[in-house]
Amino acid sequence: MHRSLRVLLVLLLLAPAGTMAGQSAPAGAASRLRVPVTVDTLPNGLTLIVHEDHSVPNVTTNVWYHVGSGDERPGRTGFAHLFEHLMFMGSENAPYPQFDRLLEAAGASNNGSTTEDRTNYFEAGPSNSLPLMLWLEADRMGWMLPTMDSVKVDLQRDVVKNERRQGVENQPYGIATDILPPALYPKDHPYSWPVIGSMTDLSAAALEDVKDFFRQYYAPNNATIVVAGAVQTDSVRRLVRQYFGNIPRGPAITRPAPASFTVRDTSIVAEDRVQLPRLYLAWHTVKANHRDDAPLSILSYLLTGARNSRLTNALVYQGEVASGVSAFSDTKRLDGDYSIVATARPGVGLDSLKGMIDRELERLSREGPTARELEQAKNATESSFLNALEFVSAKADQLNEYYYFQGTPDYFQRELDELRAVSAEDIRRVVHTYLRGPRVMLSIVPQGRRELAATRRVVQ
Amino acid sequence: MTGCCNRRAVTLAVGALAAPLALSAQTSAFPEPPPSTPAATLVVPRVRSASLGNGIQLRIVEQPELPLAQVTLVVAGGSRLDGDAPGLASFMAGMLDEGAGARDALALQSEIAYLGASLSAFADWDRVVVSLKAPVRTLPAALDLMADVVMRPTFRATEVRRQRDLRLTSLLQRRDQPNALADLAFNQVVFPAAHPYHRCALGDSASVARFDSVGVRSFYDRLLRPDRATIYVVGDVDEPQARRLVQERFGAWRGAAVAMPAPPLLPPVPAREVSRVFLVDKPQAAQSVIIIGWPGVERTTPDYAAITVMNTVLGGSFSSRLNTNLRETKGYTYGASSGFSWRVAPGPFSASASVRTDVTDSSLVEFFRELRAIRDTLVPAVEVARAKAYVELRLPGSLESTTQVANQLAQLAMFGLTLEELPRFAAQVRAVTSADVQRVARRYLAPDQAAIVVVGDLGRIRPGIEALRLGEITVLEVGQIAR
Repeated sequence: MHRSLRVLLVLLLLAPAGTMAGQSAPAGAASRLRVPVTVDTLPNGLTLIVHEDHSVPNVTTNVWYHVGSGDERPGRTGFAHLFEHLMFMGSENAPYPQFDRLLEAAGASNNGSTTEDRTNYFEAGPSNSLPLMLWLEADRMGWMLPTMDSVKVDLQRDVVKNERRQGVENQPYGIATDILPPALYPKDHPYSWPVIGSMTDLSAAALEDVKDFFRQYYAPNNATIVVAGAVQTDSVRRLVRQYFGNIPRGPAITRPAPASFTVRDTSIVAEDRVQLPRLYLAWHTVKANHRDDAPLSILSYLLTGARNSRLTNALVYQGEVASGVSAFSDTKRLDGDYSIVATARPGVGLDSLKGMIDRELERLSREGPTARELEQAKNATESSFLNALEFVSAKADQLNEYYYFQGTPDYFQRELDELRAVSAEDIRRVVHTYLRGPRVMLSIVPQGRRELAATRRVVQ
Repeated sequence: MTGCCNRRAVTLAVGALAAPLALSAQTSAFPEPPPSTPAATLVVPRVRSASLGNGIQLRIVEQPELPLAQVTLVVAGGSRLDGDAPGLASFMAGMLDEGAGARDALALQSEIAYLGASLSAFADWDRVVVSLKAPVRTLPAALDLMADVVMRPTFRATEVRRQRDLRLTSLLQRRDQPNALADLAFNQVVFPAAHPYHRCALGDSASVARFDSVGVRSFYDRLLRPDRATIYVVGDVDEPQARRLVQERFGAWRGAAVAMPAPPLLPPVPAREVSRVFLVDKPQAAQSVIIIGWPGVERTTPDYAAITVMNTVLGGSFSSRLNTNLRETKGYTYGASSGFSWRVAPGPFSASASVRTDVTDSSLVEFFRELRAIRDTLVPAVEVARAKAYVELRLPGSLESTTQVANQLAQLAMFGLTLEELPRFAAQVRAVTSADVQRVARRYLAPDQAAIVVVGDLGRIRPGIEALRLGEITVLEVGQIAR
């Protein structure tokens, strides 16, 4: 297993130029990218994925709990993320502040993050610190509640409110974080609020909520753990059984199944303390794992991935009406959305940005990209995908993501295949299907400058 | 819109032998904590050196794990050479890949991306850097483009004007950003008007408005020369191949007749006599941005290892005193940190946080409590041991990717150091004692001679700050800071 990923990657990247230039990959085994893993499930439902990579003497552990803001209910928005903070506040055998102190003393870093669909926790450091990492993760998976109290909840509530102030209230254009989700999704849909939640709901979160949430979601059968790096698979399996084996299985989890809804054109204008107006356009797309996921990814590059991309070229380089423009596809477990964000140059109103964006989208939906454009997009996307694999921690999180969304951890080559297979017709189709229909249009303008906002009027 | 809320404001990486810690009663179901074992010793990759006839220095690291290569060209001399044209070095560097050889900005980018490569160019205070990452398969073609960017930039008038207008727009937008305002104000009050760091490396609107093709080319001609350049090649390229690839493209490079003199050696900036407070009004701000600091110290000081450990205790890790106090104990902030900016001419020391508006004064009290405590009271051995481990054991992780290796090499070279410095540094870190930490804290932390910058809602925070009597208060105007 030693360095096997790297060997296989060599083969992939040495494949004929035609492969990279957008033709479908030859079926020969020589060009297949593999990230070798073992997958085990313990009797309590915990899934363990191990990947050996001995290129540097480091190891990463990466735990995904399959719970995020998409599992929250109205009135408790932001709770999944607040809970993430509480997971660092000590557990029965490693009371606060031992978690951070033990890891730092062992040379390991740690962190966590929360999205709509999942919460992850990760450590990275010298490979000899693996037993400590696993011991700490196991203790907080099994024995976190006995040390939890309302003092800790109050403290991290304050920290999270500061995180929100730093990222939303005190950020230029930060109000978009609060405005876009409820404009895109109907009330009560769990994507209709931001992951960070509202100040009111953060204030309302109580110790009992924490206990209920832990019992419901923080159980081995709702978690997967990836261990990647300079380790021996068998010894990782032994350690994981030893530390996690006695944690009891939790109850089966029922997840919200939002009712289907109709999207309607929405136009919003908000004022902020900013110098320049900014336009947000957002559409509904597809769930993660949908066949249009890959075309939508490639589309983002075609629109704003490079200077010569359609929108960057039109708005920043040729038209000189925008100081910047970006497009991104965000596909999630329950739904997906697509956003284009553009900031005007001084003296320019958002209608002219909107007009140019619409013209480019219309042209792309009619003509599709040129062969050369598509090849550039695929090559660039593929390179950034492969560059990330230099980092063991990036591979570890990707293994967890693939396991959750694709059902298999080593999906790397298949994702590459999907990206390579995208055709000009696919691009034309997804632009036509998703970006020409009803959308949310948000204009954030300097205070008192509503005349700069985009209007529904069609600009020719 | 995926909200990815990281728990930390401070990014961590760490290290060492776990200190023995008393743990509470074990539950019967849970095993004992694992015993600690020694970490692997730091091994740095071998660096091969060569030079070209025209003076280019070449440094090669063979790293064959992935079929990728990082090629970084560094020219000594950066924004410190701006002189009376603030922003010119960074603007010129940014223009390098906005058209070169036979290609305009769009065609150049298209070609680079088509090859699966990425290329960037920028300047910092001490260097101009052009960085290329490419699959080895397309490396020769990508290097042709890099050579155009380095040796044959076009600086077309239309491209210069476009980028100049974009730069002016981004200068304007700094007025929206409380962190940017705090940084600008801090550098203006820590460094005297004649010092390059007094100004922003991106320039100001008056200076940038004057940039044109002729001026940019003239600056380029005098600065970008082979005898000031070092090229780092790291990746799946062996030494003879790397030498050939570079020689073929950069061997014939000749500098223009007149070279720019090296940046002057700047005398150390004296600390101010007493602390002073500088306020910037941001009406209705939900948080106040605080920066406290003073002029720093040379990277080449023999105290470097002790300073690094001391700062790790103070504000350089998640468990540091500033973050523990202001975030984990008081809940005033999402994160507090401190650090020295290591540049050829010493950059500043700064301690900073964004804090809730109504605890701005209380936060200042806690900042100064920690800045004084680490000088006045010996740091316990266990805390020093943890910081030493954090510093030492993060070193191998800093050499994981080809880009990281090239960056480390180039960073060390700025100070005349090689990769061999890293194991030496590790040994120096291991030798640091509590007494050393206190000695360097007393020498390099100057809480009674501080510049204290606060950007926030003055109507709400000023009375509390005045009551602290930290020093004379001056209010700075946004238009004066972000010009």
